[in-house]
Amino acid sequence: MSRKPLSEGSEWTFELLQSYDTEIARIAAGFGLDTYPNQIEIITSEQMMDCYSSTGMPVFYPHWSFGKQFLTVEKSYRRGYMGLAYELVINSNPCIAYLMEENSMTMQALVIAHACYGHNSFFKNNYLFKTWTNADAIIDYLVFARNYIAECEERYGVSAVEELLDSCHALMNYGVDRYRRPPALSITEEKHRQKEREEYLQSQINDLWLRTVPKKERYFQEQAHQFPAEPEENLLYFFEKNAPLLESWQREIIRIVRKIAQYLYPQRQTKVMNEGWATFWHYTLLNRLYDEGLVTDGFMLEFLQSHTNVISQPPYYSNHFSGLNPYALGFAMMSDIRRICEHPADEDRKWFPDLVDTDWTKTLDFAMRNFKDESFIAQYLSPKVIRDFKLFSVLDDDLNDELEITHIHDEDGYRAVRHVLSDQYNLGNLEPSIQVYRVDTRGDRSLTLRHYQHHRRPLGESTNEMLRHVRRLWGFKARLETVDENGRIQKSYECD
Amino acid sequence: MSQFIDRRLNPKNKSAVNRQRFLQRFRGQIRKAVADAVAKRSVTDVDRGEKIQIPTKDISEPTFRHGQGGRREVVQPGNKEFIAGDKVPRPEGEEGGSGNRASDTGEGMDEFVFELSREEFLEFIFEDLELPNMVKRQLAREATFKSQHAGFTSDGSPSNLHVIRSMREALARRTALRAPSADRKRELEVELAALLTGGEPDEERIAALSEEIALLERRIRAVPFLDTIDLRYRNRIQVPKPSTQAVMFCLMDVSGSMDEVKKNLAKRFFLLLYLFLTRNYEKTDVVFIRHHTVALEVDEQDFFYSRETGGTVVSSALELMKDIIRDRYPSGDWNIYGAQASDGDNWPEDSTNCSRLLIEDIMASVQYYAYIEINNHEPHSLWMEYEKVAEYWPNFAMQPIYSAADIYPVFRELFKKQQA
Repeated sequence: MSRKPLSEGSEWTFELLQSYDTEIARIAAGFGLDTYPNQIEIITSEQMMDCYSSTGMPVFYPHWSFGKQFLTVEKSYRRGYMGLAYELVINSNPCIAYLMEENSMTMQALVIAHACYGHNSFFKNNYLFKTWTNADAIIDYLVFARNYIAECEERYGVSAVEELLDSCHALMNYGVDRYRRPPALSITEEKHRQKEREEYLQSQINDLWLRTVPKKERYFQEQAHQFPAEPEENLLYFFEKNAPLLESWQREIIRIVRKIAQYLYPQRQTKVMNEGWATFWHYTLLNRLYDEGLVTDGFMLEFLQSHTNVISQPPYYSNHFSGLNPYALGFAMMSDIRRICEHPADEDRKWFPDLVDTDWTKTLDFAMRNFKDESFIAQYLSPKVIRDFKLFSVLDDDLNDELEITHIHDEDGYRAVRHVLSDQYNLGNLEPSIQVYRVDTRGDRSLTLRHYQHHRRPLGESTNEMLRHVRRLWGFKARLETVDENGRIQKSYECD
Repeated sequence: MSQFIDRRLNPKNKSAVNRQRFLQRFRGQIRKAVADAVAKRSVTDVDRGEKIQIPTKDISEPTFRHGQGGRREVVQPGNKEFIAGDKVPRPEGEEGGSGNRASDTGEGMDEFVFELSREEFLEFIFEDLELPNMVKRQLAREATFKSQHAGFTSDGSPSNLHVIRSMREALARRTALRAPSADRKRELEVELAALLTGGEPDEERIAALSEEIALLERRIRAVPFLDTIDLRYRNRIQVPKPSTQAVMFCLMDVSGSMDEVKKNLAKRFFLLLYLFLTRNYEKTDVVFIRHHTVALEVDEQDFFYSRETGGTVVSSALELMKDIIRDRYPSGDWNIYGAQASDGDNWPEDSTNCSRLLIEDIMASVQYYAYIEINNHEPHSLWMEYEKVAEYWPNFAMQPIYSAADIYPVFRELFKKQQA
């Protein structure tokens, strides 16, 4: 099948973008990719730097930390240490993707395939995104958040708002519900309910403290039911609802940060899958374009060069090594699933009897929809990928003087390596588990958090500083206890 | 299905507000860095941005994270020599395996480095000096330009069309383009005339010649009288606004009692005057005169950084200034500004000399003379004498200085005059 290529040179025009997009869309639909409509925006590199520095969102409230981010990006970009990402894509409906003006036609096509069809379909169909984010409402919500925060700055002063945001940002990772599904965001509803919520919340909080303290205080303290009755792991939620001294605008801002943290939460759990999926699809879609004679050899060479850069995985001893590359691992695993479906080896028949000889598009689609990094690796990491990456696991135990190589890429090690790697992507293991344990409701109102140790790992250096943020939000003395696996308190921090 | 939107014309600098927030938040550290930068820079080199370094730990955003220790098992790629059960020594420092990436920029990893723009840099200096806003704007503005004739160009707006030039170009072009055809036509006409006057006319040849001549005539006529390429426009370029020149005399006491702190304050004082002068004059010379018992004209390096000991005779510097003005800066051609910094020490007998020199010679030729006395809580004889000068001459300013914020009042008159 030889047809005329869509373009020859490296210059792009809007007509060309349109025709590439039409072709890519046609092929993607042929593979059964289900996407939101795309809104593709062409921006300059300066605008890209702007987007970059506020979590990639088109609308965001101002904060000094984004300024810091911007300075960092600007510096390294100006000096040529770093190219900007070719693309940015936002989980919204329609799905907004940014293309940089400086890109060549090839790169624009690559980005369209990667972002507008790869990421886009992932956002629309992965169970985490479906459960936790609401693509229809996010932009509206961000507009609401920005306006609300601007209003607060006007009313209560920039520094008061900034202080509060500092504390909220510090605790952002502890502002997500892991198990409950949050209600959908909607700007009209938010506005409507906000006032109501303000009044209601204020009355609720006071109730907790208004009970007259009985005379036999000691007796009651012993008897007193513990508050909160169950430990609470969503710290920001807890502060929003229960911190006694906060004013209603402060609760609203905590809520905003919490909502945004919740929105970003699935992205943190699906880096490997999301990037792997998008990379797999740009590779597959553009190759199909080439097979149909729609792009030239020159196009393919340029594309393959950047594709190869994206999926390179330097070994651990390399100067360029900075951990496992999610693009590389994700792409390898996605491609490997296709290989197992189409051309299984004997080993694969043993390891993945359910996958061999199935329709690869269906199998891959199922994998994309129903997993996150942790479970995806546990389910699909094959011996071949482990061998290709020469994966090995290292045990670092402070009881031993030396590191121990526990498993390598051999017959005995596959399962263990897969297990360790899967654990490595479990956010629950990466972040210390910290929960609200108790509030001294009858005494000094002090708050006790508990850090439940995992594998005896201690807290890092910034803990005292973090406790000051907790103290600021709670309004009274804050305490943090590190509890080991046997329930004994190992260490405690305090902030008056 | 996809919709394309061109956002390139949307405003950039959406992050400007975040940048301002950042500068605001780390005001303290940045001010300190700017102060250090000023101390290192030359007085005549304040008009550019600055690289600012802030310790990374001051601006880090904390999170709860794990520290070293406990039990961790991680997977790494690229095994080349290990088999299960191998023991390897724990690598020094952080993270098993992740190579320490040394910085090749000469900047430590524990410094956060960024560039302050020229405006931001000046803003921080001015803040230190507590300048009023009007003055800040005046000093921070760029040099003004004026447009001026500069020959002719081949494109421009119709209002700048230069008719004579254009016609001259057209004439040259017409002559040049018509010449070959005209020459050829003349030859043919000669031949034709010969044929016509000759014996038996060769009708065929005559017809051919007539036809070719007609063709050449058409070709000559086809050369237009005036073509767009002939048009010439008056050209105007932007040149820096010409204004008069100024010289600034920096006089400083470098006797033993002037320590680094005092000298740094004096430097701010000179710097502000310099900024003022560069904004108002096209060319600004700076003369550095330091003195203890004798005065010497020196370069900036020696002026600020060499230490001397001994007594103080202020009049020596004023004498030297007087001589230099006479020799090099005739006051008809130059606007002369004097700036003197001292800790007030002087030989008591000398102070009257000083006031006499100023009142009788120097003040008549200078635009403005500013004197600051640094960290001196008891006025000495020099101060008393200078007060007399101030009575005689309204363009003489004096001020005791204890911090950078006291410097501006010395110049208040100067800036006020400017705004009027």
